[in-house]
This record gives sequence, C-alpha cells and structure tokens, in this order.
Amino acid sequence: MSQGHPELAEKFIANDERMHWHDKALWFVRAKRDNASKGVAEWEDLRDCAAKIKMHTIDHLDSYLLEFEKNALAKGIHIHWAYDAQEHNEIVLKLLQEKKVQKLVKSKSMLTEECHLNPYLEAAGIEVVDTDLGERIVQFRKEPPSHIVLPAIHLKKEDVGTTFEEFLHTQKGNSDPTYLTRAARVHLREKFLNADAAMTGVNFGIAETGGFVVCTNEGNADLGAGLPKLHIASMGIEKIIPKLSDLAIFTRLLARSATGQPVTSYTSHYHAPVVGGELHVIIVDNGRSDIIKDKDFRQSLQCIRCGACINTCPVYRRSGGYSYGYTIPGPIGSTLGANRNISLYKTLPFACSLCGSCSNVCPVKIDLDQQLYKHRQTVVAQNLLGFKKHTILKVATWVMKHPKILDFSGKMARAIVPKLPRSIVYSKANLWGKQRELPPFPKQSFKEAYQAKKGDRK
Amino acid sequence: MRIGLFIPCFMNELYPEASMDTLRILEHLGLDVEYPFEQTCCGQPMANTGCAKEASVLAYRFLEIFKKYDYIVAPSGSCVSMVRQNYAQFLEGKDGFEHLRTHTYELVEFLHDIIKPDNLHVKFPFKVGIHNSCHAHRHLRLASMSERNEAPFSKIKALLEKAEGIEFVELTRVDECCGFGGTFCVSEEAMSVAMGKDRVQDHLKAGVQIITGVDMSCLMHMQGIIDRDKLPIKTMYVGQILAGGIV
Repeated sequence: MSQGHPELAEKFIANDERMHWHDKALWFVRAKRDNASKGVAEWEDLRDCAAKIKMHTIDHLDSYLLEFEKNALAKGIHIHWAYDAQEHNEIVLKLLQEKKVQKLVKSKSMLTEECHLNPYLEAAGIEVVDTDLGERIVQFRKEPPSHIVLPAIHLKKEDVGTTFEEFLHTQKGNSDPTYLTRAARVHLREKFLNADAAMTGVNFGIAETGGFVVCTNEGNADLGAGLPKLHIASMGIEKIIPKLSDLAIFTRLLARSATGQPVTSYTSHYHAPVVGGELHVIIVDNGRSDIIKDKDFRQSLQCIRCGACINTCPVYRRSGGYSYGYTIPGPIGSTLGANRNISLYKTLPFACSLCGSCSNVCPVKIDLDQQLYKHRQTVVAQNLLGFKKHTILKVATWVMKHPKILDFSGKMARAIVPKLPRSIVYSKANLWGKQRELPPFPKQSFKEAYQAKKGDRK
Repeated sequence: MRIGLFIPCFMNELYPEASMDTLRILEHLGLDVEYPFEQTCCGQPMANTGCAKEASVLAYRFLEIFKKYDYIVAPSGSCVSMVRQNYAQFLEGKDGFEHLRTHTYELVEFLHDIIKPDNLHVKFPFKVGIHNSCHAHRHLRLASMSERNEAPFSKIKALLEKAEGIEFVELTRVDECCGFGGTFCVSEEAMSVAMGKDRVQDHLKAGVQIITGVDMSCLMHMQGIIDRDKLPIKTMYVGQILAGGIV
C-alpha cells in the first residue's frame, strides 16, 4: 500500500458533498439496524448466546470440521481442504477444468475476494460473472467491493447509470433504479441460463448435518447453483456452527445487524448436489488458524460478516472502503488485515478513534476496538510506528516521569507561546492548528493555582 | 474518606479553571481531597499509540502515587477508562492495583454513584447538548448506548437535571464520536476534523447553546473547530456547570 489510511481518507474527505452523502447512506443502514434490533426484546441475550456458540466452536474447531466433513461426505458432498489462497484457487480451477467449464456464475463470497480468485480464473480463460447486483456493478468497473454487504455503496445511482450505459447499453442519462435493475436482471438471466458451473460462499456450515446455508437478498445464489451440474462453495474454517438448532440464533442476528431486515430474502440450505450434478465444498484456512492461536485476536474469527461494525464506524463512513486498502474494510477488516500483514497494513489499527461503537453493534460481540488498540502495540514492537512519532512519545514519557521538568516546560510554554506571532504558532508543523484553534494559554497551571490556594489557607 | 484528585496532564496545563471547579465541587461536598503534586500523566497517549513500554512506566507511577487513597477522582472519562480498562495489562497482580482499578472514578460518575447529592443549588438557564464522549460512554457506561437494546439512562443528565432552568436538546446522533481520539487528532488530522465538524453541526442545528461533557479533550477539539470557523456555540466542561452554585 503506497499510501496509508490517513492520506486516502483525506482524499475522500476532500469531496465534502460526496463524503457526507456516503456517511448519511451508511448511517441510514445503521439506524435501520438499531430499529430492527430494538424490536427483539431478547436482542442482547441473542448476542451473548451467539458469541458463546462461536467461541465454543472455535475452541473445538478441529472436531467440528471433521464432523462436518464426515456428514457432508455421507450426503454425497465432496470436501476439499485448502491451506491458503493459492491452494484454494488451484482446487477451483482444477474442478472447473475437469468439467470443461468456460462460464462460471458466482454469488457473493468475500472469501473468493480474499483469495483473488476472479483474476486467477480469468487468466485461465474462464468467464467469471459476479451475480450479486452490487458486485456485478463493481465488476464492470474493475473495482473491488467497497463494503462486504453493500459492495457498490460508494456509487450513486448516476454512477451505476453511466456504467450500465457502457456495459449493458442502457439509455443515456437514465439512472432510474427500477429501469437499471431490470436491465441488470435481463443481463444476469442470460448469464444464469448459460453458466456451466456456479460458485457460492458459505454463511454457515452445520457440523451436525454436513450441509451449509447461504443468505442472499437477490436469490442469486439459488439461481446460480440450481441450474448447472457443478456447484463449488468456498468456506472459511470459522464458518462452522455445531448444530442446526444453533442456526436460528444467527439468522435472527445476521440480517437485522446487516441491513435492519428481520431476515434475508433467501436463506438457502444446501444438503446435497442437484440431481445428476456435483457439489464441492472447499474448506479454507488461509491464515485463520494462526489467529486462533492468538488469544488477543481469536475473537475476530467469530465474525459472521454482517458489516454492522462497518456501517457504524464514524471513520469508515467518512473515508470509504478503498481507504483501507484491504479486502475487508472498517473495524473488522482493520483487525483481520493487521493480523495478515502488520507491515503492509500498519496504518489500519490507527484508522480508528477507539470510540467502541463497533464492539457494541457486533452481533457476536467481537472486542474490535480492543483488538485495534492491541494491534498498535504490535506496530510499535515491530518498529513500524515511524521514528518521529515514537521519539516524541518517548520524550513525552521521560518528561512525565519528572514532574519538575513538566512544570517548568508548561510554565515556559504558557509564557512564550502567547507572545509568538501566529505564523510561527500555526506553522505547518502544527497539525492540530491546520483546521483548529489552540485553546488560549492560561496564566498559571492548575498546580500553581492549587499551591497558591493552599498557601492562602495556611 | 480520603480522595486523591487526578487532574489530566493537559488540563493541568491548559484548563486550570475547569480543574479548580472539580476540586471546588468535591470540597464543597465536605470531602477530604488531596492533590498529590508528583502526579503527571496516566499514560493514555502512549498506550493509545501502541507504546506499551512507555505506558507501563506511567501506569506504575500512577499506581504508586494514588493507591493510598480511598477513592481517586478525575475530571476525565478517558483517563479513568485508561486506569480501569487498560492498566491491567501492565499492573495485574501488583499490590494495590485491584483497589485502584475499582476505586478510580470520573467526576460525574463519582457524584452520581457514590455521593448522590440532592441539590446542586445551580442555575443554568441555557439550551444544553450533551457530548457523550466515547470512553466515558461505552467503557464507563455513563449513559445507555444507541447501539444496545437497553433501557435509556444518563448519569450526566441525571446530575445536570438538578440545575435550575437547564434545557436539554435532542441530537440526531446521540453518541457519535467527535473524532478527537487522542493522538488520532493529529495522525488522522483530516478525519478527526471532519468528524468534529459534523458533531458540532449536529449541536448547532438542534439549537444548542452550550455543548457540555465529561471530557475536556473532546471539548477542546470541538472548541478549536468552533473558534476557527467562528460558530455561534460554546463548549463548557460539565464540572463548570455543576460548580456554578458554589460561592
């Protein structure tokens, strides 16, 4: 990442009108989520329960994964294990090539984004069509999703209109959402009907049954997986839940947290291949088992990818998904990215005011703000903070160990700074003063006033 | 009951009046308050920037200075949150730490939970917007969170309500961060200011005259924006309102 989050955020903020539009669009989703969650009396109990189930599952992940595999195999589902993204992509390509697949339809899967599957398959001559409307829009534009649930949230309807003019030959200047949606539907129906294979993600893999569940609002997972004879589902190892009866807890939380809906329009259960077809599940690690080992960060594997932390994040809402430079933006992306490569993503733990809103909207109670706080210590421990910043804080600490030196420095500053010309006080080095005034410097410190007061009494 | 008064380092240097009002409130209630002179900083700026080694030194210092008091009271939600939430990493198991962690209070919280004064003898006939600063709000739980499904409450409001003539103004976003965030205010300068401007605007549009809160740092940030942009609104530390009746 050539530029860090502060620089990319500054660029996003520079367009004040668009930044505020983005902030309001996401705040609207957050407000819907608040309403929906307040309609469920036992909401906080559900969160507790979901967090405990997830933590229990992660504590016993090996046995639940093996149980899932055993039960899936018994249902005629093929299971593959991928150590990393490369292995995952190779498995997918091999399966597609065995069936001579040329056209693949894919419903939303952040895991395949994480593995950069699309360019890998396209390089092998396979047409990959993302069938989620938002994802199709960004795919046309050769952009990655800017949000995990709302991939095209950074675009206005006019942007979609011009994109469709170019790729779907819609009427020039027509950005009516219904018109554009119909155009997309016609386009996607043709892709669904001619696909040789389908891929989906997995929201929940159920150990007890060996089946899995995919949640969508557009029904595109079903349209994709129902027609071709080959369905490949990519699942991160953390997507397992122990029992079918656990599922309701998560489906009640997921859609409400994500968009404020009581439930996604489609909650599709896959428990067997289509008649005469094949169903493959690729279970992917790609760094997850390293996170399990780390007690400070293992809770991040509880994530059900609802995006609530992203919607509530005051930083994300004002900097957009691309300012993070990682597949997943916002608080959850910042902790996952920092876990993946602290050097590359060293600014992400600091792209946060530590407000803590994320940890409190999270339906599985991940301690997101605490994780970002702790990642900062890793940044420092690996000498990635930057010499200047680190030195300033080291010097400040030294001063704070010596109250007399602190008192003297304060006295000097209060005597000198008010006499300095504005051009010096508000020089370029004063980042505070770029857009903010400093408070007026008082004549004496509290300590001086306190000493004077106590002296008076004596 | 012996109280150790902790004044955050920047408040000691920049806000002697707000700090003095904190002391006056406590003394006016007849409490035995002492301000230990060797105190400096709780280590929050270091800790929030990831400098654990430096933060640990200051945490240990803080413990040594304050562990002898029955209660430690500070006019800052975030410094208190540093002690309660983040000191454990450095001080767990150390002599006096458990007492320190459970007996360090933010001023409003201390008044509301421990002292429970009946009357403040304060008149404050202004339209007030409460800034729920994040660490006081979500770590110390000074008020119900908009994120949670919980019964509404606010310790700040409960206390300020005792002021005669005060009028609370409802905001569109009741507990959104102002963007101060400690060193965040300079490391993410553009973001910090954008967040601060939005927060001030919410108060302005709602007709607020005085923005108040328990963290002077957030107020300093917003006042900095207000002064630069010459906006018709003011910030005031909550202790300055509460001390209004003391003569």
